[in-house]
Amino acid sequence: MSVSAEISSLIEPILQRHAWRPDRLVQILREVQEAVDFISDETAAHLAEALKIPYAQVHSTRDFYAFFYRENRGRYRVLFSDNITDRMAGNQALFEHMAKRLKLERGKVSDDGLVSIDYCSCTGMCDQGPAILVNNRAITRMTLRRVDEICDLIRGQVPLDKWPAEFFRVDDNIRRADMLLGTPHEPGKAVRAAIARGRDGMLAEMKLSNLRGRGGAGFTTAVKWEACRNAPATPRYIVCNADEGEPGTFKDRVLLQSYAGRVFEGMVIAAWTVGASHGFLYLRGEYLYLLQPLEAYLAGMRAAGLLGRDIGGVAGFDFDIEIHLGAGAYICGEETALIESLEGKAGRPRVRPPFPVTSGYMGKPTVVNNVETLCKVTEIAINGGAWYEAIGTKQSTGTKILSVAGDCARPGLYEYAFGVRIAQVLEDCGAQEAIAVQVSGASGVCLSEREFGRRIAFEDVPTAGSFMIFGKQRDLFEVARNFAHFFAHESCGFCTPCRVGTVLMKEIMDKIAEGRGTQYEMNELLRLQQVLKPGSHCGLGQTAGNAVADTVQKFRPAYERRLAETDFVPAFDLDAALSRARELAGRDDAAAHLGEEA
Amino acid sequence: MNAPMNPRKLRITTTSLSGCFGCHMSFLDIDERLLELAALVEFDRSPITDIKHCSQHCDLALVEGGVCNAENVHVLRELRANAKILVAFGACAVNGGLPAQRNHLDVGQCLSQVYRTPDGSATAIPDDPELPLLLDKVYPVNEVVRVDYFLPGCPPSADTIWKFLTDLLTGRTPRIEHPLLKFD
Amino acid sequence: MSETSNANSFSIDGQRIPFTPGQTILQAALAAGVYIPHLCHHPDLKPHGSCKLCTVIVNGRNGSACTQMAMPGIEVENNSPTLNDRRRVLLQMLFVEGNHFCPGCEKSGNCQLQALAYDLEMLAPHFRHAYPVRPIDTTHPDVWLDLNRCIMCELCVRASRDIDGKNVFALAGRGVDSHIVVNSPSGRLGDSALSIDDAAVHVCPVGAIMVKRVGYAVPIGERQFDEQPISRQVDYLAARHIPIVPVAATEER
Ligand SMILES: Cc1cc2nc3c(=O)[nH]c(=O)nc-3n(C[C@H](O)[C@H](O)[C@H](O)COP(=O)(O)O)c2cc1C
Ligand code: SF4
Ligand code: SF4
Ligand code: SF4
Ligand code: FES
Repeated sequence: MSVSAEISSLIEPILQRHAWRPDRLVQILREVQEAVDFISDETAAHLAEALKIPYAQVHSTRDFYAFFYRENRGRYRVLFSDNITDRMAGNQALFEHMAKRLKLERGKVSDDGLVSIDYCSCTGMCDQGPAILVNNRAITRMTLRRVDEICDLIRGQVPLDKWPAEFFRVDDNIRRADMLLGTPHEPGKAVRAAIARGRDGMLAEMKLSNLRGRGGAGFTTAVKWEACRNAPATPRYIVCNADEGEPGTFKDRVLLQSYAGRVFEGMVIAAWTVGASHGFLYLRGEYLYLLQPLEAYLAGMRAAGLLGRDIGGVAGFDFDIEIHLGAGAYICGEETALIESLEGKAGRPRVRPPFPVTSGYMGKPTVVNNVETLCKVTEIAINGGAWYEAIGTKQSTGTKILSVAGDCARPGLYEYAFGVRIAQVLEDCGAQEAIAVQVSGASGVCLSEREFGRRIAFEDVPTAGSFMIFGKQRDLFEVARNFAHFFAHESCGFCTPCRVGTVLMKEIMDKIAEGRGTQYEMNELLRLQQVLKPGSHCGLGQTAGNAVADTVQKFRPAYERRLAETDFVPAFDLDAALSRARELAGRDDAAAHLGEEA
Repeated sequence: MNAPMNPRKLRITTTSLSGCFGCHMSFLDIDERLLELAALVEFDRSPITDIKHCSQHCDLALVEGGVCNAENVHVLRELRANAKILVAFGACAVNGGLPAQRNHLDVGQCLSQVYRTPDGSATAIPDDPELPLLLDKVYPVNEVVRVDYFLPGCPPSADTIWKFLTDLLTGRTPRIEHPLLKFD
Repeated sequence: MSETSNANSFSIDGQRIPFTPGQTILQAALAAGVYIPHLCHHPDLKPHGSCKLCTVIVNGRNGSACTQMAMPGIEVENNSPTLNDRRRVLLQMLFVEGNHFCPGCEKSGNCQLQALAYDLEMLAPHFRHAYPVRPIDTTHPDVWLDLNRCIMCELCVRASRDIDGKNVFALAGRGVDSHIVVNSPSGRLGDSALSIDDAAVHVCPVGAIMVKRVGYAVPIGERQFDEQPISRQVDYLAARHIPIVPVAATEER
């Protein structure tokens, strides 16, 4: 089994660039696919031999990530973002239109091997959707006309970098700026301030600030940093979590696009405080378009003495940042799965404890922080912890950026001091007739109108930032069904309850959608939730049934009006199950059919 | 056995869908206890009685075998419609059993393997309306109708069946545990 | 039983369990003769925590007994109706996820999945069967692989990596598409470094990795879990060791 000389010559420079390091496998696979379109078994075997790792390890890693292909998916690989907000903006009609124009079936490559189309999980463009990815490059604001233009470009085999730049425009849509989004960034100011405070001093300010993580779990950042700093092993690592896979969240994308200095300086300050020498930015594959500008920004920081050796003129303060890309796996946002991915493996969450702060990347002490958390660090370095602590609520200090999307006049980013009421956000973004808000993404909580008086804060409604609004014309059953599909697609498969439970839940939601559900299925959904939530290994499985359970409770009629009148309906169409035999026997008599009822 | 709570005889209907009649044989294996049972139950439609269709409403339906073809569906529906309690009786009724080993094959593959001349060449698949058409897969009973109890085993042993029936007859929720609970 | 004080004991369902530091809750329980259901744990291998059968409630929080360390004074809920109900659902999930036809399976009676199902009185798989299409690999002279029965516990993966030093197996794919792959250029068992006396061959809790030519050597009815339900075989579970000839960790691939 061997690859052609041509493929081998394309792969060689990639391997060389990564110094044949097996822990770079995910990055190598990504670049190999970019070069040769897919990773065949032959290519995988070639890589295993070159990297001196088991074949099975390459297969295992390749087959885990949604954006790696074992078979040819064409030179143009089109993926339609399929978050509920894309749905609401009409992505399905656009998909059908493209499928028809290109004579394609979902997930199948065209006969000439040129193009394939499929759906993918939320791409983080919810305020400017429907969005698609072409070879992982994001295209926003899709319309029928844009579909036609893209079909022509593909048929004409125009290289992607010759496509109109307008297609790839990604807007910030900052609608409400507060202390983070509204304060101009002065490069180096925060790093110098932190250095001036000293390592202990900076940690003390962090403690005073009571900053809590913005990635979802809300863990106190100072506690995390101190644990890492006290861990005896070295080197230590700082990881910025820019996986932003939670459906409906896109604030980290804007921070990286327009506030990269703050993100990276936050990492430098973290490194200063805990004594780390190396940093990673784990950037979701969907944000590939940010890679070059971010690399350029890092180069600028190195030139300015904000990265590299003796940062800020402090002898021995050495720290640099490397960017790793993900490849279509929501679970890689979970910090231990992320670390596995950084090490070149499939992103399956580790057993905790030990926590990353003592045993993270390569078994060394590692801080993992969200993009927004690290931005907040720069504010604390400059203004001090006491100043910071005065903003927001008691247990939720500072401001929080919300990614607002769905049924409203002005989708985009809204920054508020913690404690803002849901109703206030709805008013500000022009959502007149909201019946529900899904806060914190598919894994979050579905709030109905009577709960709009509640506040965004860890002590009331915690959030990683997603804020999806549903107007009165929307069907909350379909919202929950979209999320059920999302989780079944994104479960890593490690633990039984989530691997099987998310699929069973999805199937039951589909059964209800087809009018085959009964009260029995409603009970089954809750029964599954009772196993998923307490029994799953990580946050994905533990939250996967939340949206379904919330909507069953709060929007029950949306389910009930789909239920069949009998007490039991099979999950499949019995008559259709006879169709193959009918065709083979050439029969169409009465006995060759089955009605729905006895 | 304790005195039954219900003086009326329990009316039972049984069938074998895509089964091997092994579960029925095992039922008969309860031997002399059959006499004791006969005092308490009577049989309606069943291979044991040769009654072709349920003649009246039954208390209990024992369904052996998975659901493999259109006829199985009709029979199963008849039993479900005529019985208060329906039991998936034996391994095949519970999960499709050995017949379900064809489930990863296309029906066409199966049929073209079966309909061959003695020299091995393929013949036409018959279109006789008397022959029940195959479903795309073999389904467990509970995927086609609602099932009240499951009695696994290939076949369930006579003791298992006896325990199940006596539990039912005496008004206890049937409970099958070690060493009566077996999947083979 | 040795002297137990609060400093070196904890409780399971109110019963005092002594432990030595470094033991997991499951290890301490088994050593004390207390049964906690488990599938992906094996005394010879490092804790893994994927099957979730061993989930217990520790001081009010759910956790896997096989990965969570025993701590002085913790209170563990284990053999309760709530937890056993959840465990039964997990078993049903494993049954419908694969293709388990016990009447035709050589492992029947020695199978831990089946034994757990018996013990927890799982009468039927309940959920809709997936009937997945999964491969069977018979290319190896002494061992065959039937992934229809695989429950993704990764015991073989760990045994091959950590005991045999061979990495013959790996878990590939994601979510419902997860599956065991074999490490060889062709992906076939016959082309891999596996040999009959590898620990990986003997560690599979179900009938997915089977030794050839031993069909029904022990008759049905006289097998490991026929005499006593698995919950009454704690000594066996705690002390079972893989019959293996240790293989030096070589650079095999
Ligand atoms: C399934 C799952 C997905 C997650 N995705 C993200 C993510 O995309 N970005 C993020 O910052 N944190 C994510 N998290 C949370 C991380 O595990 C981790 O708590 C966080 O990065 C820590 O940073 P923080 O303390 O600054 O919030 C996710 C967690 C889970 C369970
Ligand atoms: S809960 Fe889901 S995503 Fe998390 S480890 Fe289990 S299978 Fe993987
Ligand atoms: S592996 Fe176990 S549960 Fe599966 S068929 Fe074999 S004996 Fe039954
Ligand atoms: S083959 Fe056996 S040991 Fe390996 S993962 Fe599957 S069930 Fe576990
Ligand atoms: S034995 Fe603990 S999770 Fe499997």
